[in-house]
Amino acid sequence: MNALQIIIPLAITYTVPLFLIALGGLFSERSGVINIALEGLLGVGAFASAFVIFQYENIFGPATVYVSLIAAAVAGGLCSLLHAFASISMKADQVVSGTAINILIPALTIFLARSINKGSGIIPVVGLELWDVPLLSKIPIIGSLFFHNTYITTFISILIVLISWYVLYHRPFGLRLRACGENPQAVDSVGISVVKMRYIGVFISGVLSGLGGGLLLNTLVKEFSTLIFTGMGFLALAALIFGKWKPWNVLGASAFFGLAKTVSDIAPLFPSLNRLPSIFLTTFPYVITLVALVLFSKNAVGPRAAGEPYDVGKR
Amino acid sequence: MGKNKFLVSLLAVILGIITGALVMLLTGYDPIKAYEGLLKGAGFILQVPKNATLGDIIFNKRLGDTLLNTTTLILTGLAIAFAFKTGLFNIGVPGQMLMGGFFGVFVGVKLSLHFYIHTPLAVMAAILGGALWALLPGILKAKYGINEVVTAIMMNYISLWSVYYFVQNFLKGNFETESAIINPSASLRVEALTKLFHGSNINLGLFLAIAVAILVWWILDKTTFGYELKAVGYNIHASKYAGIKVNRNMILSMMISGAIAGLAGAVYYLGYTNNIKIGSLPQAGYDGIAVSLLGLNNPFGVLLSALFFGLMNAGGLYMNAATKVPNELVPIIVAIIIYFAATSLMFETWLHRIGSIFRKKEGGSK
Repeated sequence: MNALQIIIPLAITYTVPLFLIALGGLFSERSGVINIALEGLLGVGAFASAFVIFQYENIFGPATVYVSLIAAAVAGGLCSLLHAFASISMKADQVVSGTAINILIPALTIFLARSINKGSGIIPVVGLELWDVPLLSKIPIIGSLFFHNTYITTFISILIVLISWYVLYHRPFGLRLRACGENPQAVDSVGISVVKMRYIGVFISGVLSGLGGGLLLNTLVKEFSTLIFTGMGFLALAALIFGKWKPWNVLGASAFFGLAKTVSDIAPLFPSLNRLPSIFLTTFPYVITLVALVLFSKNAVGPRAAGEPYDVGKR
Repeated sequence: MGKNKFLVSLLAVILGIITGALVMLLTGYDPIKAYEGLLKGAGFILQVPKNATLGDIIFNKRLGDTLLNTTTLILTGLAIAFAFKTGLFNIGVPGQMLMGGFFGVFVGVKLSLHFYIHTPLAVMAAILGGALWALLPGILKAKYGINEVVTAIMMNYISLWSVYYFVQNFLKGNFETESAIINPSASLRVEALTKLFHGSNINLGLFLAIAVAILVWWILDKTTFGYELKAVGYNIHASKYAGIKVNRNMILSMMISGAIAGLAGAVYYLGYTNNIKIGSLPQAGYDGIAVSLLGLNNPFGVLLSALFFGLMNAGGLYMNAATKVPNELVPIIVAIIIYFAATSLMFETWLHRIGSIFRKKEGGSK
């Protein structure tokens, strides 16, 4: 019980940003644009958040963290337009454009951080405050696992997945977006602009990844430095594919990964597990993901038109 | 078309350098001084020192270091280009390079043989390590249809932590975060080259890398095997229909790409350095993506673009020390170049327009 009380809240903290970023990837890829730039986009979000906290703390006071998270989402969205312009308007290779952003953002944001905070180039933040959900945290067992020592943003994220699922599967917009990723010619033939839909898809992915990056900064890493860029964007990509491009499955995949990662991170604290050679613990999340991929994702194919620039004259 | 593509790459490089200068101006650095430092650091002699011989000027240490950086990048670039040509995105190169390097260093530390046997053995071990590490993503892609990007990313992290553990337990060095140092008989460094370049670590790896570039070109462009590999990349269904063993070819091209990545590990850990620093994946593995893209996935293009990136990497360190411009400037410029190269459609339209203006004028004068 005691172990669970440590593991579950930590796993949730890790899962939330990972999932938001993966969900961002989902919007982009469902609209037909492969987005491997997630790592860069989360970095933009984290930097924007750190920047707002560093520069404007005295203006916004205690609300700074929340303002900074909005800034993170906006910055992520704006940066994703770079990817959108290249891969939709310029018909660039989407993997190439994404790679460019993945190289650009870590370098550019660290460069800027160095010129903002001369010297160390690290921008520390206090981060979000831990929060107990009123009433719910009093429930025995469940309360202490899920509603105690949590962040308010966790529940905002749950709201986001609900909205995403509703919009994607129960609104015309969602149908059109998904159709753009499967058969863009058909979408075009009924008078809907494929280009516009794809721009929106990529933009949403930027907003969600930026927000995820802001949360990563404010709940887990607590400083803007190279520690932000440890591959969460790539793990999100893995969660997206593992979750077969469906919101609830992606949530499950992210939670699975968050749990595995947390177990491997805190296992050394438990004497019984500490006797294992460390290699089993450090590689655990990745090995278990590979195993799960083999077991569950046989022939998981993504949106059919993802990766191809839209060509009106094709077929 | 080929000429246009080359022009686009060149234009992208120029735009990248201009944008880099803009970034520096906006953040209060002097771009001219920075680029001067970059060139100086890469081995371009801007001021000839007194009583220097011609040999001193041409074969200076910094140029040696540029070529040293280039060596690794040629191989990681080729590894990624080879996979690209056959329709696979091998983002697992950093992990394969690290694992290959570990195999090579293991042989280099544990055995003590004559140079002519020891070095080739260590290099072969590294190639084997890289190829083995690419085997699983290849099999999973071919047999289960699992996206190779995800599996390769997982394999990268598994490589990182496995090597971390193996080094600490089987190759303990003088420092907590480093492996033991290889026996000199396994090193790719040779005295003649080091002397020629005034103490640079430039080594035999450079010649290996160039040989592999030619080999890759030959396999892909001149053999039936290479044709089959490319065919699978172009159209998997047509290949299957034509009787090509698609699954086998996919696994093979992943393994060849991994083998080249393993060789990159050899030239890096047995030449550039002489041991493994644990705790991170080699940056050169990721840089290979950029090298391959700018080189248009062509083996000879890769040679040129690796030289360009090698120059930037080697010069960046000196620039940072001499002008205080953060080292990150180099990847910023690299990324902008790739971005512009990717949006080449824009330039091609421009070039086309400029071309048509000239053609019109010619037509008018007639």
